[in-house]
Amino acid sequence: MTFTSRWTAAGAALLVIAAVAAGCATAPAVDYDKVALDMIKGSFRAQGQAGIERLQQDEAQRICSGPAPSPADLKRIETAELATVKPPPSGRYLGDWREGEKLAQNGRGMTWTDPAGAPAGGNCYNCHQMSKAEISFGTIGPSLYNYGKLRGVNDPADPASAPIVQYTWGKIWNAKAYSACSEMPRFGHAKVLSEQQIQDLMALLLDPKSPVNQ
Amino acid sequence: MKRHLALLAFGALIGAQAAAQSSADEIAKYRAMLADGNPAELWEAKGEALWKQARGPKNASLQQCDLGRGPGVVKGAFVGLPRWFADTQRVQDLESRLLTCMQTLQGFDAAEIAKTPFGRGEQVNIESLVAWISSESRGQKFALPQAHPAERTMYEAGKRIFFFRAGPYDFACATCHSQEGKRIRLQDLPDLTLAKGAGAGFGAWPAYRVSSGELWGMQRRLNDCYRQQRFPYPGYASDATIALGVYMGVTAQGAESIAPALKR
Repeated sequence: MTFTSRWTAAGAALLVIAAVAAGCATAPAVDYDKVALDMIKGSFRAQGQAGIERLQQDEAQRICSGPAPSPADLKRIETAELATVKPPPSGRYLGDWREGEKLAQNGRGMTWTDPAGAPAGGNCYNCHQMSKAEISFGTIGPSLYNYGKLRGVNDPADPASAPIVQYTWGKIWNAKAYSACSEMPRFGHAKVLSEQQIQDLMALLLDPKSPVNQ
Repeated sequence: MKRHLALLAFGALIGAQAAAQSSADEIAKYRAMLADGNPAELWEAKGEALWKQARGPKNASLQQCDLGRGPGVVKGAFVGLPRWFADTQRVQDLESRLLTCMQTLQGFDAAEIAKTPFGRGEQVNIESLVAWISSESRGQKFALPQAHPAERTMYEAGKRIFFFRAGPYDFACATCHSQEGKRIRLQDLPDLTLAKGAGAGFGAWPAYRVSSGELWGMQRRLNDCYRQQRFPYPGYASDATIALGVYMGVTAQGAESIAPALKR
């Protein structure tokens, strides 16, 4: 775990000031990053499907845990994450918006109380406004109401819609490809949702008949 | 045409926001109504009796338990926790400190209680004890000591743990609790990185939860946060949970304690 240099530098500066002020030749430097990481390792245990391997951070998680990742770090993460995006092998991007709406409502999956292997939901309404009818929506993410309509997608199969269709697939597959420290999970990359489930969510966002676009 | 569409969409957005706002208002009204007779009072009464009752293998009460203000002093103890304790050489929160007292004074096995699932066995008694003990600081301001180096280390570690992203969803505590004015569904989320939010969030637990009809201490609140973060299981009274308590409590310094509060 590497927290950004800002904290480390600030901490080091404070230690120097404290040492000078106290007239001490040496001040014990505490490596808080290491203390925190050791504490995490010693405090959690496996339960149900949630094994301790989940504490192992990948680079994106590690960099985004610090308060001020550098622009170079962010760029590097986005490039690496974009390379993980897999378009549907079938070439079919859109499924059934009715199934997509059920997934958007469903916030279950992958906790230690969920049965291992049970399909996860999309969690969409927890953070996004989606349709007009559902007023119980969260605000951590932007509103997705009229997502396709506002982007001029009248026919998702039209080649003119391809850039929006492909971007949307990529965003659901791996949100970090477009914003390194996005709060949104990497649903395809982290194997939270299946290809079929992502197709259904795509239809919810982009099918002109979906409640999102009414 | 595009502008018309945008205007239409904007109008619809305002409408939906107004609807969501009024739902939130209704929930706030419902809460205010219930707060008049917060069921947490039942736990408080039981907790006070448990504190004074001789129990456990040593058939002793908890009346000599030192919660940081000296043996037996309960008033004002809650708003000074977590803090450093010389006898255990640890920074402890209310629940880990109670485990120490239950073991040393009453002869219970602290490790066994820590392993007991919430809502069972001695964990049920701890719920009542934390309800009463926190109520004895109601209206007082959080003033966690930070003079001992171990207390400062726990604050620094807690801050880093708060921002630690991991698991299949890349979540950290900060994902939901580091911005003002955000919601999950209709549930308002306190920004725990600011004094105001930490006061409202950290400062409300222990609390009676309307949705489950249970009294939850801070340990159980943190445990369920980590469950929803898709993390592994945080040990009861483990150092990571105590460090988070120090980070949130120090951030909430000066805020008034309303615990045990009433929650969704």
